[in-house]
Amino acid sequence: MKDTLKIGGREFRSRFILGSGKFSLEIMNAVIENGGAEMVTLALRRANAGKENILDHIPKGITLLPNTSGARNAQEAVRIARLAKELGCGDFVKVEVINDSKYLLPDNYETIKATEILSKEGFVVMPYMYPDLIAARRLADAGAAAVMPLGAPIGSNKGLLTRDFVKIMVDEIDLPIIVDAGIGRPSQACEAMEMGVSAVMANTAIATAGNVGVMASAFKLAIEAGRKAWLAGLGRVLEHEGEASSPLTGFLED
Amino acid sequence: MLYMENMEIIDSNIMDKVLEKTERYDPGRFTEDDVRKAIRKDILTLEDYGALLSPAADGLLEDIARKAKSETRKQFGNSVSIFTPLYISNHCSNGCAYCGFSVNNKILRGKLSYEEIDRELKAISETGLEEVMILTGESRDRSSVEYIGEAVKLAKKYFSTIGVEVYPLNTDEYSYINTCGADFVSIYQETYDTDAYRLYHPSGPKRVYPYRFHAQERAIRGGMRGVSFGSLLGLGDFRKDAFSTGVHAYYLQQKYPHAEISYSVPRIRSSANDGNFTIKNDIREKQLLQVLMAYRIFMPFASITISTRERAGFRDNIIGLAANKISAGVKVGVGGHDGEKKGDEQFDISDIRDVSQVHEMILNRGLQPVYTDYIRMM
Repeated sequence: MKDTLKIGGREFRSRFILGSGKFSLEIMNAVIENGGAEMVTLALRRANAGKENILDHIPKGITLLPNTSGARNAQEAVRIARLAKELGCGDFVKVEVINDSKYLLPDNYETIKATEILSKEGFVVMPYMYPDLIAARRLADAGAAAVMPLGAPIGSNKGLLTRDFVKIMVDEIDLPIIVDAGIGRPSQACEAMEMGVSAVMANTAIATAGNVGVMASAFKLAIEAGRKAWLAGLGRVLEHEGEASSPLTGFLED
Repeated sequence: MLYMENMEIIDSNIMDKVLEKTERYDPGRFTEDDVRKAIRKDILTLEDYGALLSPAADGLLEDIARKAKSETRKQFGNSVSIFTPLYISNHCSNGCAYCGFSVNNKILRGKLSYEEIDRELKAISETGLEEVMILTGESRDRSSVEYIGEAVKLAKKYFSTIGVEVYPLNTDEYSYINTCGADFVSIYQETYDTDAYRLYHPSGPKRVYPYRFHAQERAIRGGMRGVSFGSLLGLGDFRKDAFSTGVHAYYLQQKYPHAEISYSVPRIRSSANDGNFTIKNDIREKQLLQVLMAYRIFMPFASITISTRERAGFRDNIIGLAANKISAGVKVGVGGHDGEKKGDEQFDISDIRDVSQVHEMILNRGLQPVYTDYIRMM
């Protein structure tokens, strides 16, 4: 069975989106290969110029997902996205608008505004957001190609703290839901996939691993396992308490 | 603490809050258990932060180091930013007791012309750097706001990230420097102890403690994206000063959540002309490390710079552990990146390595040098 992730007219076999910037560029190739990633995010602010350009380290055939990190409002995000296009990063963009330097939580309101402008300009917009159903609906209306709710604050490795709210988005939003930020270990990525998200993005969890390459491969397997479980349909899982052994409605007669 | 003419007074209660917290901070009352509790937390309270800076933490530095390293790693991965300062003038009207640029010192004074600034900036950019910090002494006559602004405009031709470390400005002046192309402001209170402050800053505009204190807030209001904090450790009780520094940054970020926070950790060293100044509270490397790590654990998201005041061996080990930013190819005299220096140094530096040497060192430690991590919006 062919099971691909479709975003912005492209098809991806891999459901693992790799973040970059937190590990050395030299091992980028190996990490991408081990993780089987077909999409790699990069902070445009790191690619803008400099002695070593991150763009030179990303192999051909990989879809670049430049992010607008550093943007504090919609206007700045739009500007960074346009700059990304000018620099040859393609038309995918991960809109990231953050104006809280402590928790790095996204500003959904500004994110919706930027998404609307950029999707009208022909960008394939994948907004990073706080998992709020109403905001996700507005993002869908604004033309987002996928939505990327956070599992936990960026870099926290705390896992799927927003589980129930992401699940609501999976159930209600007719777009790929990609968990971004906070995933700290493969089992958490697997759990996200089991509950039906379309893909998982990870950066810190891999970059801070003892062996970056091996951890990328562990994520690949976990994401594939979670996906298979979702496709198979999870069997009955008992939560919280057991079920009564004799029927509660057995007294009914007609 | 009387303001001088033309010094803007802003409505802010941050200084009162910081001084009140500092007054109540008693480093001696913490136990090792308090320190351990602080290490286990994700988000530290001011109490926890105080514990990390206390003498009770002395025996737990290794545990603190593990936590600091993990926080640095989570926040920055293996990235280490690299930059250099450029001193464009060392004229100064302050008589700070510990500083080589003090008006009381007979040193070679100099100021770069715009042509010279351009040549210096070009020479720096040819080393591959993308970030520069422009510095002056405090002399509104010799290095005016317009002069600093012109220097920033020149820097804009070569650099993606520009910071200024100049005397405190009014909000509209910060705004002007911001429109010229600088987005980051470094300014250090030196000591938060008002008595020690008065003692070491006997003359010049710098003696006005509150005007200096509110500089970061004016900078943020003026449109700057990031501000740096620091105490010159050793002037006062280093634990209390480091505590105040962190609390200052904490309240500022709480009031302006978008503000990017940085720390520097200068400790007082012998300056070029320090004949009259003796260091009473010598800060050792162990204590400096304690402060660095406390900043990191208290504010994992903050940028921490390690300067060339420290020896190479110390700096090399601090990056990746607590600091995420390092200077290279540093000259602390006026100019000197392209041809002769035009003025004497502010202090002696302990690490003279150039950009390529620092670059190599970073790589050899399994870290990655980062030259640009910023897109200027203006």
